[in-house]
Amino acid sequence: MYFKLFWTFFKIGLFTFGGGYAMIPFIHKFGVDKNKWITESEFMDIIAIAESTPGPIAINSATYIGHKVKGIRGSAAATLGVSLPSFIIIILIAAFFMQFKSNVHVEYAFQGIRIGVAILVINAAVRMFRKLDKTWFSYILISIGFGLLIFDLLSVIYAIIIGGSIGIITQILKVRGEENVD
Amino acid sequence: MLIKLLELFITFFKIGVFTFGGGYAMIPLITDEVIAKGWETKDTLIDFIAIAESTPGPFAINISTFIGYEQQGIFGAMFATLGVILPSFIIIVIIAKIFNKFADNKYVIGFLNGAKPIIVGVIFSVGIDFVLSSVFKIKEITFISDIILDWKTILIFVIVFVLTKVKERMHPIFIVVLSGLLGYILFGIL
Repeated sequence: MYFKLFWTFFKIGLFTFGGGYAMIPFIHKFGVDKNKWITESEFMDIIAIAESTPGPIAINSATYIGHKVKGIRGSAAATLGVSLPSFIIIILIAAFFMQFKSNVHVEYAFQGIRIGVAILVINAAVRMFRKLDKTWFSYILISIGFGLLIFDLLSVIYAIIIGGSIGIITQILKVRGEENVD
Repeated sequence: MLIKLLELFITFFKIGVFTFGGGYAMIPLITDEVIAKGWETKDTLIDFIAIAESTPGPFAINISTFIGYEQQGIFGAMFATLGVILPSFIIIVIIAKIFNKFADNKYVIGFLNGAKPIIVGVIFSVGIDFVLSSVFKIKEITFISDIILDWKTILIFVIVFVLTKVKERMHPIFIVVLSGLLGYILFGIL
């Protein structure tokens, strides 16, 4: 069973291009439909948990499903499986890349690619922005995050901690307010 | 060497703890930590991001393996990748064991409500920073007077940007290949 977990997630890791969200349909196919490791509602729980915990969604879901099937060792087998293809492929590329990095033709291409990456990052920010609540609260925090980093005032980690703390305080005040009304 | 390996592990563990919301949310943390430590230049890091986006598997694993390998070979890759995986692993095992209603917890909801807009803001900021450095060769926002106006980089930016707006769900690999091709044609052939 450990090997089956490992092998299933190895395949998921090998065949998904484009990050964690591309993985979700595969996780559903193998985890719910084919192997019946988790139920449909557990699958929905995993997505919710993966979105509210740090770390890659691939690791989160592999760890969760592995645990469901075979406890902590199952987690380890599934997580190792999902990570290993990337690990191997990147090491092969990295070894190769370092030899070709200084090649002038490669450098020409990368002058263009860097612009493409910049656009990818901006588009990702736009996509995430669309998913947020359109409130003053969000707008102010977005501006704070943007301003702190672009002028190099604070590290990203502190900015996230500050944002999270403001969020928790607001949530507590809101819950209290609702209790007072009751 | 052991100290460097440990430093890689700790740095990527920290990055793993604070990445909420997928691979792109990791980019500001990586640029912050890795450039500040002098491990990689901004250009090299952007090159790594391009490769991590064009290879299979989770972005987080790809980028940490890449940086770890470049710093300390195969052991560096192992320590960095283990560092980035471990926070998720530990947190999910704890949740799976004791705490199934994690996503409904009011403190978790509150934290995410505040953290997510900040994360969107910092990703925007990194995106703008990448545009300034790749299109206008501005290395620091405070040196904006050193702007270089090159019609070639501006043309690549406009073509690729407009294309991603026309067809929204374009795959990252396609964007990497297209912008690489444009770069090669404009800088190498013309």
